[in-house]
Amino acid sequence: MTDEEKRLVDLLSSMEEDEALALAKRMLLEDHKDPIRVLELCRLAMDAVGKLFAEGEYFLPELVLAGEMLEQISAIAKPLITQSGGAAAKKRGKVLIGTVHGDLHDIGKNIVCFMLDINGFEVKDIGIDVPVKTFIEEINAFQPDVVGLSGFLTLAFDSMKETIAAFESEGVRQGFKIMIGGGQIDETVRAYTGADAFGVNAVEAVNLCKKWLEAA
Amino acid sequence: MNTPAGTAEAKAQFDVRWRRIQDCVALKQPDRMPVVMYGTFWFARYGGISFKELMYDYEKAKEITERAVLEFEPDAVAPLVGATALGRVFEAVDFKQLQWPGHGVGDNQPYQYLDREYMKPEEFPALLQDPTGFYLNSYLPRIFGAFEGFDAFPAFPGMFYFRAITGLRPLASPEFRKSLQRVLDAADEVDRYMTHAAEWNRRITSLGYPLINGSNSGAPYDVIADYFRGATGMMKDLFRNKELLLETIEMMRRNLTRMTIANAKATGNPIVMIPIHWAPDAFMSRKQFEEFWWPSFRQMMLDLIDADLIPMPLWEADCTKRLEIIRDVPPGKCIYWFERTDMVKAFEVLGDVVALRGNLSPSMMTTGTPADVDAAVKHLVDNVWARGGNLILDTAFGIPDETPVENVRAMFAAARKYTG
Repeated sequence: MTDEEKRLVDLLSSMEEDEALALAKRMLLEDHKDPIRVLELCRLAMDAVGKLFAEGEYFLPELVLAGEMLEQISAIAKPLITQSGGAAAKKRGKVLIGTVHGDLHDIGKNIVCFMLDINGFEVKDIGIDVPVKTFIEEINAFQPDVVGLSGFLTLAFDSMKETIAAFESEGVRQGFKIMIGGGQIDETVRAYTGADAFGVNAVEAVNLCKKWLEAA
Repeated sequence: MNTPAGTAEAKAQFDVRWRRIQDCVALKQPDRMPVVMYGTFWFARYGGISFKELMYDYEKAKEITERAVLEFEPDAVAPLVGATALGRVFEAVDFKQLQWPGHGVGDNQPYQYLDREYMKPEEFPALLQDPTGFYLNSYLPRIFGAFEGFDAFPAFPGMFYFRAITGLRPLASPEFRKSLQRVLDAADEVDRYMTHAAEWNRRITSLGYPLINGSNSGAPYDVIADYFRGATGMMKDLFRNKELLLETIEMMRRNLTRMTIANAKATGNPIVMIPIHWAPDAFMSRKQFEEFWWPSFRQMMLDLIDADLIPMPLWEADCTKRLEIIRDVPPGKCIYWFERTDMVKAFEVLGDVVALRGNLSPSMMTTGTPADVDAAVKHLVDNVWARGGNLILDTAFGIPDETPVENVRAMFAAARKYTG
């Protein structure tokens, strides 16, 4: 890695937004560096951010800003990618995530999606207030390894239970693991809903997926 | 607190119950562990009506919540009608920040806040320079449909003499007049709502039940994050607009403190309920918490205490890592209500500084049995109350909507069984 490349990774991972964006723009637009390489550097920086989050050094504000910086650089870099080469990096596994019906909350779910994405999972976010039927359709189409059900309100306990019961009755339950998360979720709710595991934050969600995919 | 007008027996019961709460605040253990009743849509289930009816029917809301108070005989109760019967008021102002039963969500679903950017980051200077003008021209029209014509309301600062007269012209426009009429109609509904809420409060206290709080407020950081900038906007502001944010937090602190003291004094009840949203361990680093969140809220609490009020923050989610920091308040002046923070740990760190409130878990209350509730109360009695903790028993943030009635009965029964 060149000094300039290292500097971009350092600026991104230390939340120096203005300098990081200025450097990325110069590399892409003035020096015509390979946009795929610049995006790889972003990925390395996001790995570092994720690690700092997992270690308790970084918190939600850093994840949000990191996501924003990545989005801005991607918006410049992606139109510059002309060649079709460069096979997509192999993904660790597929995770389908949605907030269960009756609940409109999405901040926690979005953070989990971001963390899974930067940890190499292929994530499909199907939004909020997701009906049981939509979950089933999306599962059949996406064939996930893990399904994540999110919910912040106490009404989500019953929505999760109903959604998981429908996975059973529709005969799709065996194909994946189920994790649940959200403000009030704990072991009592996990047992009540029939999920395989619960997590209280995005790091736990990533660790669950890693554990399940490595064991598979 | 204002003396209730009731029978001599009710007055005596009121005094005994209020003394229990006051003893806890003063860090003196009362004769038994007080139990508080608070909830929102659980009362609809209790009364066999829809969530929507509870929000829209003042008489039913008053009748059902009074019935619950008389059945459970709490040592103090939240102002329940004020907390629930808000449907007509929301309709009248055309409230944009919330979806509520029958209005965006189903008739039997709770209300849900819409986290949005209600103020752009480039508007910080306008808010700071002229808060009233920003509210009238920009903020209120965004959050209340009734205020849509107020974007043309004149900016009076700077006007003088004849200019102050000609400056009135925008008020002649049909758009403004229509909007003004909607606001006046909404104010009439607010008056009706507050009259019903106050009637219920007077009635309940006259029956011998103190209110656990008379008024509400917010923490300066939280008010800006939740109601102006939105969650992700505020998190980005920590990096992008640091100085403006700190200045706005300070401005908000001054105004919140002034409003809170005035409101609390008007109710005659010294306890101020303050839901806390952005303090949890996961939401920011210790450094960010100590720089952006805690100083303004601590100062606000000190100012409320100086005004003879009792701050009662509800520390939502898990705030374990904040306990040592939020200890820094004068002893015997506050009630700290914890949602998911381990109450035993909270007692060990804060037991000599604040009264505690809470915190039976929502998952246990909704999916557990009365025996589970009994065991959870016993755990708090053995590990907090019996060790000298001044605990006011309650659920984690009010009785969850889905809680079976028998579990609420078990909560009250267990408190009395184990502490007299």
